[in-house]
Amino acid sequence: MEKRRQKNYFDYSLVFLIIFLLCLGFVMLYSITSYSSQIQNGSSTEVLFKQMRSTGLGLVGMVIVAMIPCEFYKRFAFFGYILSYILILLVLSPIGLEVNGAKRWLLIGGMSFQPAEFAKLATILFLAFIISKTSKQAHKFSYVVKMMALILPISALLMFVTSNLSSAIIVAAIGFVMIFVASPKYSHFVGIIVAGVAVMSAVLLVMGGYRLERIMVWLNPEEYAQEGGYQVLQGLYAIGSGGLFGKGLGQSVQKLGYVPEAENDMVFAIICEELGFVGAIAVIILFVFMIWRFMVISSNAQSLFASLLVVGIMTHIAVQVLLNIAVVTNTIPNTGITLPFISYGGTSILFLLTEMGMVLSVSRGIMQPEKL
Amino acid sequence: MNEERKLLLTGKRKIVLFAFGMLAASLILMVRTFYVMVIMSDYYSEKAQELHERERTIKAARGEITDRNGVVIATNKTVCTISVIHSQITDSEEVIEKLSDILDISKETVRKKVEKVSSREKIAANVDKETGDKIRELELNGVKVDEDYKRYYPYKTLASKVLGFTGSDNQGIIGLEVKYEKYLKGTDGLILTETDASGIELENVAESRVEPIAGNNLKLSIDMNIQTYASQLAQNTLESKQANYVSIIVMNPQNGEIYAMVNEPEFDLNEPFELNYTLEEEVSDKEYQDLLNKMWRNQCINDTYEPGSTFKMITATAALELGVVNISSPFSCPGFRMVEDRKIRCHKVKGHGAETFEQAFMNSCNPVFIDVGARVGKENLYEYMKRLGMLKKTGIDVPGEAGTIIHKIENVGPVELATMSFGQSFQITPMQMLVAASAIVNGGNLVTPHFAVSATDSEGNLIEEFAYDVTSGVIDGQTSETMKNLMEKVVSDGGGKKAYIEGYAIGGKTATSQKLPRNSGKYIASFIGFAPVDNPQVIAMCIIDEPKGIYYGGTIATPVIANLFENILPYLKIEKTENNQVE
Repeated sequence: MEKRRQKNYFDYSLVFLIIFLLCLGFVMLYSITSYSSQIQNGSSTEVLFKQMRSTGLGLVGMVIVAMIPCEFYKRFAFFGYILSYILILLVLSPIGLEVNGAKRWLLIGGMSFQPAEFAKLATILFLAFIISKTSKQAHKFSYVVKMMALILPISALLMFVTSNLSSAIIVAAIGFVMIFVASPKYSHFVGIIVAGVAVMSAVLLVMGGYRLERIMVWLNPEEYAQEGGYQVLQGLYAIGSGGLFGKGLGQSVQKLGYVPEAENDMVFAIICEELGFVGAIAVIILFVFMIWRFMVISSNAQSLFASLLVVGIMTHIAVQVLLNIAVVTNTIPNTGITLPFISYGGTSILFLLTEMGMVLSVSRGIMQPEKL
Repeated sequence: MNEERKLLLTGKRKIVLFAFGMLAASLILMVRTFYVMVIMSDYYSEKAQELHERERTIKAARGEITDRNGVVIATNKTVCTISVIHSQITDSEEVIEKLSDILDISKETVRKKVEKVSSREKIAANVDKETGDKIRELELNGVKVDEDYKRYYPYKTLASKVLGFTGSDNQGIIGLEVKYEKYLKGTDGLILTETDASGIELENVAESRVEPIAGNNLKLSIDMNIQTYASQLAQNTLESKQANYVSIIVMNPQNGEIYAMVNEPEFDLNEPFELNYTLEEEVSDKEYQDLLNKMWRNQCINDTYEPGSTFKMITATAALELGVVNISSPFSCPGFRMVEDRKIRCHKVKGHGAETFEQAFMNSCNPVFIDVGARVGKENLYEYMKRLGMLKKTGIDVPGEAGTIIHKIENVGPVELATMSFGQSFQITPMQMLVAASAIVNGGNLVTPHFAVSATDSEGNLIEEFAYDVTSGVIDGQTSETMKNLMEKVVSDGGGKKAYIEGYAIGGKTATSQKLPRNSGKYIASFIGFAPVDNPQVIAMCIIDEPKGIYYGGTIATPVIANLFENILPYLKIEKTENNQVE
């Protein structure tokens, strides 16, 4: 049954999915920003070209990362882990950039940069490395607790220093899923989930007002429009006016200043408005395919490190996509999160493509592909 | 490596488990998306549409008003509204400078509006078209010039109190403009556009547009030539007699079509909110409004007066119909008559002596008419006033018609009956008097006086021909003939001699009534004349309120109608008769 595979295996399906999603992102970004960009910058393509430059840089990075065998990245694991703490704390220093009341960005050499994006990748690398080194103890419950204890501080810092709940959730989820996959047990994780739910509820109660208000807004956005329901409500208007087949590409009206951050967190709402239910489902299915490719690659990875690396990335993408769509459709309370590959944002696309490079690097080393 | 293999194997299962977990989550989201996008679609699209749509009305042009010959007397002029859109202004200094310069508005005022953050700010309205075009040619970003209609009256003051005018929303305020609002107004159009969040209209979005429907045109019975001439006569009289006001009504007695209605002093319909005289002192806004309301009054219709001797036509008609007198019945006038304890004087202090009824009518002798009134009796006098339309409104198509002020019949004693017999101690509108006179001379048909003849749509198709009530047979045809002859005598030989025109058979009756209080020395002089006697085609009335100097109707009001008839009878193509002398 086992068949030796030639060395030059490469997951072209994944490459295709990445390129397709990036192009869809460009089309939507142009559709959303051309009108306001024309008014503000005098050029309808200003914003699009900016995103294209970041993407171009990211693609070059992806190809380089993909060329190098994945074991190479082990050497950055510890360094990256330490650096993410430093970067997150640097937000509090003078080079920290405050936007809309939240300190989430660093201004380095005229470029803004989100430590949260770096922290996600660093978490994945660090956990994959440390677990692959210590996998002999993976069956112990204490091991699970120790591993979580390494990751949760990053999550907590993201939440309390940068008030970035969604990134905190993603980092915690990455840690949880990677440890879950690494451990041979199931029973340990039931306890973890129970503890996690308890901690979340406690946090909600302790944080009080602000988070609770989000829940009120979630339950009834029309009544709490002033308190923050506005964005969600405008998103719902956009989604709802799409109908089955949408208004057609470029025909959204909600993008013209009605939906805040239409090119960013709310991009899925505009996809719904312009491409309809059919288009929205197509986008969700594209992401499902992508997750499926990650599953295939991680299941067939040649080492535990490689496998966990892809699992971490898979968790990152899957959780972020699901959170984003759930927020936009008001399925869960608003957390402020972007849609990978499609939302506007330079840092995000650079790190995403680096992660894709790593997945492709892992795929190149696959020895025993299943028939898929 | 064995340990790692084992881990990879359990890991594999867990990876698949995780992937399926994510798949399940995406299925839930797909269901949620389906709910929002398909099931709730109508609800959310409607909400979004409401949010995006802006309605803009397109004003409908108000219908024109023409006289009986199609001469336009009320029309629309294009005016411009200048506004600024804050978000589209690129050079606010230039905009402020140019606009304040051209529109002659202070820079501070313009600046305030230009710098106000709003979707649209109005700078000036009712700017004439040339100024609007000049601003448009400057092509200033963010400055909008919208064209609009404003009511325009080419004859300015002519028939101002009849036509009325319109307000800022183009709605009628007084006169025919109010009465025929529903015909003239038209239906405003609508533009439904979608806008972005800042209110800027989107291009390329199919706008739904409902075209405005212009108002209907109204054709009046007024003849602007007659109106113009009558106005000039009234103006001259107003000046020469320094009167309060002078009114002239010219009507067709057969059907109630009014050819002219003048109430000098008139006001400029294009500036209806400016007084037609200079104020001596400062007045409050409320007082100013009261003065405007006073200026807009149509004395022929909105005000009442004591008709005086012209009313003797009604007393005479009643007496003749009842057979209590005939034209040769003998009477005598000693210069006064005692009624109970009251001594009522004749205008001829020495008295007219012995005279027939015919002579008494020609002389307008009060003591004789006191006798005639007594013979008729109060019930019959009221009955004839009712038959001749004097106890109800005439139904003229101008709003605000005043009603009759008269004693309750049970309160009428001999003194009241005596004074009523010669037209005092009750008040009617001049219009009522003229309608009653028309019925007397036209053979007994009570007509409804009116201005509007027909309404046509903007393409000239007839929408409605207005019909008015006529009550026929209110008096006997023979009585009418007798009355016409009596009134002809008034002009040929009696108090109305000054109305005599060579070649025309004209009938009439003069009146000089003392205003209340009786000894104030204030009078109303009036005259009603008609022509030709055998088939009356035109009836006219002149009222001079509080003339200075000579105040006799026969002396000052009669020549006005004579002058009018001299000009309009040939104009109305009424042939001169060969033999107009009756005697």
